[in-house]
Amino acid sequence: MSREVIQISDLGKQYRLGQVGTTSIGDDLKRWWYRMKGKEDPFLKIGEENDRSKKGNSEYVWALKDISFSVNQGDVLGIVGKNGAGKSTLLKILSRTTAPTLGEYKIKGRVASLLEVGTGFHPDLTGRENVFLNGAILGMTKAEIRKNFDEIIDFSGVERYIDTPVKRYSSGMYVRLAFAVAAHLNPEILIVDEVLAVGDQEFQDKCLGKMRSVSESGRTILFVSHNLLAIKQLCTSGIYLKNGKLIKTGTTRDIVEEYLNDDKQLKSDGTIPHDFYREFSTGEAFFRKIVLTDMNDNPLTRFAFNQPFKVKLRLESFKQIKNGTININITTSLGEPIVFSVDSENSKYLSRTFEEGVYEIEAVFNFKLLPNNYRVTIGIHHFSDGITIDWLENIYQFKIDKVSYNTGEDYPWDAVHGFVEPETKWTYKKS
Amino acid sequence: MSDKIKHDNYWDIIVKPKSSSLQLNLKEVWAYKDLIVLMVKRDITSVYKQTVLGPLWMFIQPIFITAIYTFTFSASAGLSTDGIPPVLFYLIGQTFWVYFSDCLNKTSNTFISNASVFGKVYFPRLVMPFSVIISGLVKLGLQVILLLAVYLYYYFTTVDQIQPQWMYFILLPVIVLIIGLFSLSLGIIFSSFTTKYRDFTFLLGFAVQLLMFLSFVTFPASMFSPFKQNLLMCNPIATLMETIKFILTGHGIFSVNYIITALIITLVLFFSSIIVFNRTEKSFMDTV
Repeated sequence: MSREVIQISDLGKQYRLGQVGTTSIGDDLKRWWYRMKGKEDPFLKIGEENDRSKKGNSEYVWALKDISFSVNQGDVLGIVGKNGAGKSTLLKILSRTTAPTLGEYKIKGRVASLLEVGTGFHPDLTGRENVFLNGAILGMTKAEIRKNFDEIIDFSGVERYIDTPVKRYSSGMYVRLAFAVAAHLNPEILIVDEVLAVGDQEFQDKCLGKMRSVSESGRTILFVSHNLLAIKQLCTSGIYLKNGKLIKTGTTRDIVEEYLNDDKQLKSDGTIPHDFYREFSTGEAFFRKIVLTDMNDNPLTRFAFNQPFKVKLRLESFKQIKNGTININITTSLGEPIVFSVDSENSKYLSRTFEEGVYEIEAVFNFKLLPNNYRVTIGIHHFSDGITIDWLENIYQFKIDKVSYNTGEDYPWDAVHGFVEPETKWTYKKS
Repeated sequence: MSDKIKHDNYWDIIVKPKSSSLQLNLKEVWAYKDLIVLMVKRDITSVYKQTVLGPLWMFIQPIFITAIYTFTFSASAGLSTDGIPPVLFYLIGQTFWVYFSDCLNKTSNTFISNASVFGKVYFPRLVMPFSVIISGLVKLGLQVILLLAVYLYYYFTTVDQIQPQWMYFILLPVIVLIIGLFSLSLGIIFSSFTTKYRDFTFLLGFAVQLLMFLSFVTFPASMFSPFKQNLLMCNPIATLMETIKFILTGHGIFSVNYIITALIITLVLFFSSIIVFNRTEKSFMDTV
């Protein structure tokens, strides 16, 4: 059995909402008075679950509460959860940048964190000077940095600019250099938070590759990302946080599924509740309803293989939207996109003007999805600049059964390789 | 379940909400000595990037301040300089005073100015104030060259005005260290308070300016009655300033009692600052 390298028990972190300032002097004094009397901090008993979409009564909230789990050596642990679920707070506590309010944790080995790279870069210093400074901040000795220096520069790909102050760098170069330093730390435990959001595709691949090689060498990684695909590719196990609580630990697949299933509570007729949390929205328009139906308008969540279906949407527009474009994305059960459909005519993409009011929108899909579980993501954007007006990810689930709509026979194979069966024309000639 | 019984010494890091207050963790700071060196280097080199005169500014500043002091306090107001040539008197005062006030101002900003770094990476927080004190020392070292030049000029051109107390010269580095420690302690305490209550930034801003007038930088202690002297010497900087002047020129107040008092005040302050700092460093990210 592999060694335990992180053990977390009953970890909790409380924050005070609102302005920290004069009003908190009173609480500070009260806290101090209780401590003098040898009593427990009175504010630890109060505090609410951290659900920021609802208005709470208490000034104190628990960003994390009752978190217990352990990590073994060589694990790549993915941490998923919505914004504000406590992921970053957890990583901050584990990287020792802030202390827990309750509970404790134990760590074996050196920890390095990539909570946003480029920490401590000084704009006036050159790339070379910053590599040394940043490396030292991250816990390397001068000798270690010198040993890895060539590799770092090579990895970053900014060799030509290495003696130029970093304030002259492009943001991409800056991040590359910063990540390169961090990637060569060689810690036993690496904490990674959303570094992949920046950089071009080539660089992202490089980062993922580096993380993979780190994990293959038997070291442990804690990885937070909204990129579920990256989580799925990299992680061996995962935890799912919601409103500061640990909902589930398990294999990556279970965790990602659970995360996607949870919290997408539509009413049975496909109506989207009014208090539904919208992560990206300008507020110009909201989707109010989504439902998949057969060609006779019967709402369904299971379709026969080969069966054409419609996606029906209700959109409420609060003001005039010129050049709006709606897209429908069909994804796998893990949220990987398979098809992306935008309103078009004769290969020309269309945009529409929405007046204030409610629209019923219908899109007929006629293509062969192979038997499997699927999800639907819908969005409306401004056509020209791509700004998201409303975006609901993995909002609807449906299943394609094995039985064929046309013939009534089952799809002949057990295993399904792929998601879409294209129209193909086969010809055979014997030569 | 056998995992639960694992001894605590199996783990490298154990973090609990509160830990003992008086731990200095110097061992941990030592492990980051390379970082201190690099920070000092950064402090010194980055300040003069994109300047033409560069490090010359380190000399221009004291020269101008000394000139102004000589003009206002000595030439115009006619304040005594204890028989020391005014230029030398003000240059000594201002060289060591600037070392003190620079260190104090910078360490008092430790948490706020490094919030972005502290918020992302853990390293012993004391690295920052320590590196500030050391870069202050380096800067002082360079300015002492200027002081030495002026000092030697007066030593050779005047008669009997300057009487170096050679046997006490060994005390000078000790005094510089005490000044450093004093500013470090005061700065750390202020830095801990300002994370939550910014009021202390304003307080410190003018308190340092006022303190200068109570530290015998611009006039000597001999202007005051013994009672007032006792009172003013509660300020360690005042004591140390007079001691430095005495050692260098033979003019000024030198008293072992005063020096011991200054040392005790500094040590008490230092240990209090460590307690306050340890309390603050764990959770300051939530309040800064």
